[in-house]
Amino acid sequence: MLFAAGTDEAALAFVEIGALVVALALLSRLAGRFGISAIPLYLIAGLAMGEGGLVQLDVSVEFFEIAAEIGVLLLLFALGLEYSDTELRSGLRSGLAPGMVDMLLNALPGVALGLLLGWDPIAAVLLGGVTWISSSGVISKVLSDLGRLGFRETPAVLNILVMEDLAMAIYLPVVAALIVGGSFTTTITSVLIALAAVTVILLAALRYGRRMSGLVAGGSDETFLLTVFGITLLVAGVAQQLEVSGAIGAFLVGLALSGRAEQRANQLISPLRDLFAATFFLFFSFQIDPADLLDAAIPATLLIVATALTKVATGWYAAGRVGAAPKGRLRAGTVLIARGEFSIVIAALGSELVDGPELGALAAGYVLISAMVGPVITKFSDRIPLPTRLMRQAPRALTATATK
Amino acid sequence: MAEVRETKLPGVGVRHEFTTEDGADIGVLVHHDGRREILVYDSDDPDKCSSIVALSATDTRTVSELLGASRVTEAVAAVQQEIEGLAIEWIELTPTSPAAGATIGDGMYRTKTGSSIVAVIRGGESIPAPGPEFPLVAGDVIVAVGTAEGLAQMRDLIRQ
Repeated sequence: MLFAAGTDEAALAFVEIGALVVALALLSRLAGRFGISAIPLYLIAGLAMGEGGLVQLDVSVEFFEIAAEIGVLLLLFALGLEYSDTELRSGLRSGLAPGMVDMLLNALPGVALGLLLGWDPIAAVLLGGVTWISSSGVISKVLSDLGRLGFRETPAVLNILVMEDLAMAIYLPVVAALIVGGSFTTTITSVLIALAAVTVILLAALRYGRRMSGLVAGGSDETFLLTVFGITLLVAGVAQQLEVSGAIGAFLVGLALSGRAEQRANQLISPLRDLFAATFFLFFSFQIDPADLLDAAIPATLLIVATALTKVATGWYAAGRVGAAPKGRLRAGTVLIARGEFSIVIAALGSELVDGPELGALAAGYVLISAMVGPVITKFSDRIPLPTRLMRQAPRALTATATK
Repeated sequence: MAEVRETKLPGVGVRHEFTTEDGADIGVLVHHDGRREILVYDSDDPDKCSSIVALSATDTRTVSELLGASRVTEAVAAVQQEIEGLAIEWIELTPTSPAAGATIGDGMYRTKTGSSIVAVIRGGESIPAPGPEFPLVAGDVIVAVGTAEGLAQMRDLIRQ
């Protein structure tokens, strides 16, 4: 197709792709102006396209399909990159209890609703993942925009995000193996293989990370970018053929990089990830049947109300542990409401399931609302009236909570 | 010095804070990318910051210069007096200095003043323990150690 750049079909494809990417750029700018995440706007744009929508894609559908797949790979690659030795240790030391509370309070409502809707148990577990994971992208932006990075409850919030990332290292390979399915024994075997692969690579990255990263770290930016991007796609492709899920392959590549290579990958891959991830969000909702979305409206709303409350409870508990007063605890709870990129990634993992389309529609509606409403709620959380019984707990001096 | 408390912020950076002698809580947040923020905590609600100042790398240098410069000078002044009668002196060779163009041995500084030249700073680079054959040039800064009187004589010889 590249060689046919002069043909009408290529010209049409360029126009379609270009117009869509410019539309994404405008949405991103709009989101920046209002200080919200662009993800919900990308999702809305995807819904507006497709059958019966405002825009019809003709020849570029294939391109967007593959670009969206690459977007998932790069999102997971970037997630894998985030694991560092020190964060792993300090996260596990101080964050285990809040992390468990976070999982139980927020994943269970999703699982329960999935089962109530009569879905396959695996689809229900995926919905649990959708409601569990707060959006670290949205939340770090909100914390920084609202000038809350120095606030006392902030380390508690960030620790929860770290714990969720860590939990993904187990959750994603396990659900990916479950989705591939097969007989009981093959499923158990593939789950074990996936967990073993994660453990080996994580330990190797912690112990030999410098040497492994040294193999790819050198060279110009161009060499490095091509090496990392190439290896990520290659490993993902092989993993997919071995029925392990390409996304997990990309995640493992990110996990294996550390030190200097990790920093460079962060800098160089981020722009690429932003580009492909945007097409992923667009394409995700593009595939959603508007009828499914309408059906999902009521369950999604119920789920948002329920899991907004459970996130507030999680943040309330975690911030209390670091000595924050009620207002701070409420700030921590409300900032966690926003779900985003990984909720969509998790829902996308299940797109091949029988209940996949409904899961996708529900997740899209859920993320759409929570990513837009969450930041607004937390912005005004200091004005939320609290029962006077709670307000009696006066803020303690900072010295009282000095961390070692 | 007050007790400084350190908190790691995963994915963001490191925060240090302390309580001033007047009881105010202030802190500095260092981002992984090198940006810094000065945090002033609210006196009524120490969970919150009442004011935040974001500093670029250059701003950080300016602020630390303003806060720290006088202390460095004081410290140098103190060193000259502190070591039991021993002092250190930095002396710059002017273009007219008789020492310029001659070696350290030629000047016979140790014999005449009892003070030793322990280092020469030339163009921002320091040359420790120069020997008697070391040639001095105009613009060099010599670092000499000796008694206060000896150093005064050294200064006279070099600056003449």
